[in-house]
Amino acid sequence: MAELKRTPLFELQAAMGAKFVPFAGWEMPINFGSQIAEHQAVRTSAGMFDVSHMTQVDVRGNNAEAYLRRLLVGDVATLDCGRALYSLALNEQAGILDDLMVYSLGETFRLVCNASTREKMLYWLATHRTGYCVEVQCRDDLAMLAVQGPDAIRRAQIALGHDLTSLDKFAVTRVGDVLVARTGYTGEDGVEIMLSGEHSPTLWQRLQEQDVQACGLGARDTLRLEAGLNLYGQDMDECNHPLESRLGWTIAWQPVARDFIGRRRLQEIAAAGKERELKGIQLMEKGVMRPGAEVQTTEGLGVVTSGSFSPTLGCSIGFARVPAAAKGAVHVIIRDWPRPASIVSPRFLSKAASR
Amino acid sequence: MSEVPDNLYYTETHEWVREEPDGSVTVGISDYAQDALGDVVHVELPEHEAEFVAGEEACVVESVKAASELYAPITGVITEVNETLESKPELVNEDPYGAGWFFRLVPEQALQVGDLLDAAAYEDMTEDE
Repeated sequence: MAELKRTPLFELQAAMGAKFVPFAGWEMPINFGSQIAEHQAVRTSAGMFDVSHMTQVDVRGNNAEAYLRRLLVGDVATLDCGRALYSLALNEQAGILDDLMVYSLGETFRLVCNASTREKMLYWLATHRTGYCVEVQCRDDLAMLAVQGPDAIRRAQIALGHDLTSLDKFAVTRVGDVLVARTGYTGEDGVEIMLSGEHSPTLWQRLQEQDVQACGLGARDTLRLEAGLNLYGQDMDECNHPLESRLGWTIAWQPVARDFIGRRRLQEIAAAGKERELKGIQLMEKGVMRPGAEVQTTEGLGVVTSGSFSPTLGCSIGFARVPAAAKGAVHVIIRDWPRPASIVSPRFLSKAASR
Repeated sequence: MSEVPDNLYYTETHEWVREEPDGSVTVGISDYAQDALGDVVHVELPEHEAEFVAGEEACVVESVKAASELYAPITGVITEVNETLESKPELVNEDPYGAGWFFRLVPEQALQVGDLLDAAAYEDMTEDE
């Protein structure tokens, strides 16, 4: 096995007693002690995540916009400078190659792809350049920190020494050489900060001085799950199309003339109607659902794609790909035994908030 | 470094065993094991009077990370389970050798500690992992 890569923050994290795991070729912190405490810090105050393993790519050149309009299901022509878009790259069969963020920076588009899809996406971006005047540059010189939570903006402002109150949701701005975007993957307010790897340890330490809780990938997973956000490679991959992955909303069908990759197949699927759908699932007794568990519904079988314990709700929640008509009471097989569960809205957080 | 009390015996699968004056044994998971598992969120305990053969799965420990098994360290019958863990599974992390115990078991035969590891041997084993 190839040696694991480390982010510029590895040494600082190791000194803090982080527990590391291999993740998509990187040695990443899974927690800094208690995953649940980290999760709760993000829900109640502020936490920070090292997401430098994500693949940052700059796309620029005369045809940058036309190129991305061909490659992504969302339409970057409608994306104003200083705004962010969540989008998907599909193959011709409408299978999902990756989910990614696109930040419009004027002459440049910054893409943030998954770490697990790095080689595939870099190859795909390169091979589709033919016919376009476009430059694609992988930004391995950059690190990325996510600061998330109800008090994240206030603390990030102090750490960055820059007023962020005018930064709208899904907006991105430059602070010197640093990009600050009001985006995230936790369901909380907060920012994602892209900066040179060299400068990232200083920012990490400044955030620590503001008592921002260091969080690992473990808390990141339960936070995104509660927020109803998919994880690539788990909730969807090349075998799934967006319409059965709760991602139909990312598709810009208009203008009809925009022929993005996968569009033709998607139209056929949309016309025929989807057979399966990704839905929220909640276990109605104690125990924890894990990915791969079978789901028995009155409409047929399904499978848990993500499943964990929700610290906010105090029970096991997840996503399951089930027959599109499945609803209500179902069973999940855990250790050969069917356990009562319920198909619910995957917006688990709003449910917790309304309690 | 994880804590390994001298007065307990251990297994290669990270259970600890304490001999009680009445001849029964108390069983839990080691500090090393709870640390490796991460936050414990649910425990499936055995039934009262359930019989286990040494090495057989006796409990399931669900952490935020994964489900793991706790194996019966000794052949015997369950006489008591720590029902507090059903409402407070975090005790396994907070106090693995105390309030986080799992069950008491009466050995089928007089306890053969030779099959178990002492603290020094267990410490050596976890250092190698």
